[in-house]
Amino acid sequence: MAADPHDAPASRAARLSTGVGIALALAAVVAVGRAQAGLLSGSSRLVAWTWFPDLGPSLAFHLDGLSALFVLLIGGIGALVLLYSSRYLHAHPDVVRGQIFLTLFMLSMLGLVLADDVILLFVFWELTTITSYLLIGFENEKPGARRAALQALLVTCSGGLALLVGLLLLAHVGGSFRISEWDVGVFTAHPFYPAILILVLLGAFTKSAQIPFHFWLPNAMAAPTPVSAYLHSATMVKAGVYLLARLQPTLGGTDAWFYTLTVVGAATALWGSLQALRQTDLKLALAQTTVMGLGILVLFLGSNSALAAKAAVTFLIVHALYKSALFLVVGIIDHASGTRDVTLLGGLGRAMPRTALAAGVAALSMAGLPPLLGFIGKELAYESALALAGWPFLLVTVLVLSNALVFAVALLVAYQPFWGPPPDPPRTLHPAPFAMLLGPLLIAGLGLAFGLAPSFTGHVLIEPAVSAVRGLPSPVSLSLWHGWNAPLALSLVTIVLGLGIYRLRAPLVAATGAIAARLPWTGDRAYDATLVGLQTLARIQTAVLQGGSLRGYLATSFATIVVAIGGVLAVHRAFAWPTGGESVPPTAWAVAVLILAGTAVASVTGSRLAAIAALGVVGVGVSLLFLIFSAPDVAMTQLMVETLFVVIASVALLRLPALRGPELRSRAGRTRDAALGLAVGSVVATLLLAVLTVPLDPMLGDWFVRQSVVEGHGRNVVNVILVDFRALDTLGEITVVAVAAMAAYALLKLAPPATRPKGDRR
Amino acid sequence: MSSLILSTAARLLVALLLLFSIFVMLRGHNEPGGGFIGGLIAATGFALYVMAEGAGAVRAVLRIDPRKVAGLGLACALAAGLIGVAAGETFLRGLWIELPSGKVGTPLLFDLGVYLVVLGGVVALVLALEEQR
Repeated sequence: MAADPHDAPASRAARLSTGVGIALALAAVVAVGRAQAGLLSGSSRLVAWTWFPDLGPSLAFHLDGLSALFVLLIGGIGALVLLYSSRYLHAHPDVVRGQIFLTLFMLSMLGLVLADDVILLFVFWELTTITSYLLIGFENEKPGARRAALQALLVTCSGGLALLVGLLLLAHVGGSFRISEWDVGVFTAHPFYPAILILVLLGAFTKSAQIPFHFWLPNAMAAPTPVSAYLHSATMVKAGVYLLARLQPTLGGTDAWFYTLTVVGAATALWGSLQALRQTDLKLALAQTTVMGLGILVLFLGSNSALAAKAAVTFLIVHALYKSALFLVVGIIDHASGTRDVTLLGGLGRAMPRTALAAGVAALSMAGLPPLLGFIGKELAYESALALAGWPFLLVTVLVLSNALVFAVALLVAYQPFWGPPPDPPRTLHPAPFAMLLGPLLIAGLGLAFGLAPSFTGHVLIEPAVSAVRGLPSPVSLSLWHGWNAPLALSLVTIVLGLGIYRLRAPLVAATGAIAARLPWTGDRAYDATLVGLQTLARIQTAVLQGGSLRGYLATSFATIVVAIGGVLAVHRAFAWPTGGESVPPTAWAVAVLILAGTAVASVTGSRLAAIAALGVVGVGVSLLFLIFSAPDVAMTQLMVETLFVVIASVALLRLPALRGPELRSRAGRTRDAALGLAVGSVVATLLLAVLTVPLDPMLGDWFVRQSVVEGHGRNVVNVILVDFRALDTLGEITVVAVAAMAAYALLKLAPPATRPKGDRR
Repeated sequence: MSSLILSTAARLLVALLLLFSIFVMLRGHNEPGGGFIGGLIAATGFALYVMAEGAGAVRAVLRIDPRKVAGLGLACALAAGLIGVAAGETFLRGLWIELPSGKVGTPLLFDLGVYLVVLGGVVALVLALEEQR
């Protein structure tokens, strides 16, 4: 790194890309902020443009309390992250690319949370997958980043495919592609409900990194820190949570929904918080607590009670704020000291007081201490868990344990690097510019402000979202002080437990590490095994189907024709001899004899030239048959094709060595070939005979004949069809002709010299 | 393969075949023929010339790379379709104008495109095969 690359002025393109991104983000925030007043009274806004009017999907957008909350988070954090990353990536040669990817990702997320049409929602869903792939693999010169990007792409894309089917089924059952037009009562009793539930949950769980699909998220930390801060706080991974919240009125309220979400969410929360404690890389520790946070959100979306929805929405805000602030803080630490390893860090508080302040405030919210919003969120979570049906004791235990672990991680992230013992020798520090500090300070400050003004937060931010999640008006009033009650007691237990865990971190890490090392498999390993399996399958399949022998390909193709067509004919017993019809003129019989003679010569001759010439005779014979049965256009075309075939086949084949010795097929091989050839001939002949027994419908043909001169201004019906009535087909065909010729040309011209056939006839 | 008889006959035949191919293409709308057949006939002519004089001579005579001829053909067909769009009709709509010598329309341009694609594609293939030796 240069002395201080931040002294260099930003390039024009970098400033422009940052400016456009921030402007778009702020525009979204301001627009939704202005609409928020209307949303408070329970109304929502719909806009729709036609898209595929014949098929149903439309460009329909819907702004209600839930989407408004997401827009505020995505746009607000997005603007600050863009500002931050313009300095963080300042010295990176691809800073413009990074800013553009971030902006595109932000727009995809905004589209996702605003889409009312399920097809539109899916398009934006996949766009977030693709843009996050680009962002995670931003430093594409590193193999680890490439692997992580591909892993995130494959895992979330497979879930996306399941989701697409689920959404189509939803649209089918709901009778509309628009979510706002569904009658929410019809879904849970429908026979498709189990299928829809499984498919939608697959999509949401892969995106939001729920067990067993959680492994991609920590790996995605290969991304630059501002990207992680954005993707893993308010956006990408919250897309699955958003989907569950959006579909909760439609699919929720059943036992299947409740138990699946509760169990998976609780397991994910516990697993993520346990993993977080084991990390020494600050960013990885935060990533694992993101897994924990997503688990908590999924858990609370399982229940359709007002309390659970309130807990989920509050925690959504809490988590988005503290997580993005802390990710940005870790970025500053990394930027300033050159490491994110907590064992190498300490004593930064004196040198970086403002960073320490942001980290401290955010960590207090993360730890759930008053008077921050995190405290309110945690109290709500305990209150809601105590009231949940099912196993409240188990849930409360899981929550207390996860929260205590996260408390310890908060200390690890915000206390240890700043106020822990400084390393020896102390690290040299690069001061962070104000543009990088603004984001974490502002976001952490919001966590404090929202906590200090609970009635505003509850009424303006949370109430509209809760009402949207539940599908009915749900008044929300938050307060910091709930009185001496069970949640407060649980909070105290959490703090004491968290302090204990922080103290006993080393033995706990050793113990959990020993358990983790004995796990028979992990998601990451299962992913690798799946990829290896797919590659093996592809290799075997390629070896079988594309062994490289032209004879093998031909035999496979012909055998497929025999089995497929012959099978259908046999099943339908379509063996028929056409009766009546035209009599065959004697000239046609003569031509048939000619064709048979050509075939016989081609199959027995030992000379390539004779075989090609004999095949030419067969072709000419077929052209003559077309002529006899009055199809001059086809006959002419066939004649030309056959002529060119003879020329091209001669040029291509005649330079090969003569057919003798090992070049000749064995007797058994020739017998097999003959049998296959006879089989193909018999099947095709049987098929044609069967076709002849079906009377032709003359309607279409008559129409073309009548319209040819009137509409097409031509008397040759065949040509008028080709260039006018069905010109689009012809356009496709000549494109294929051109592409095929170019591909063959490339194969012939670009082959390395060593593989070219040897032997020069001249 | 250098044969005086073939080489002399080829010169005459190629000219004839090319003329015939254009004739076949133009009359295709009303009589048997059309762009596809015309293109194949022209390609046969060039294939004959390749056999008589070699690939280098054909390239010299053609001047344009046959692949470009195929590309030009696709462009013609596409343009024929876009004329319909430009006139406010649907893509590939046949439009005709009355000339003293007869009617001329976009299907003719389309057919010319087919002719050029087939000619260019086949000649490119024959040349590439011949030049591999």
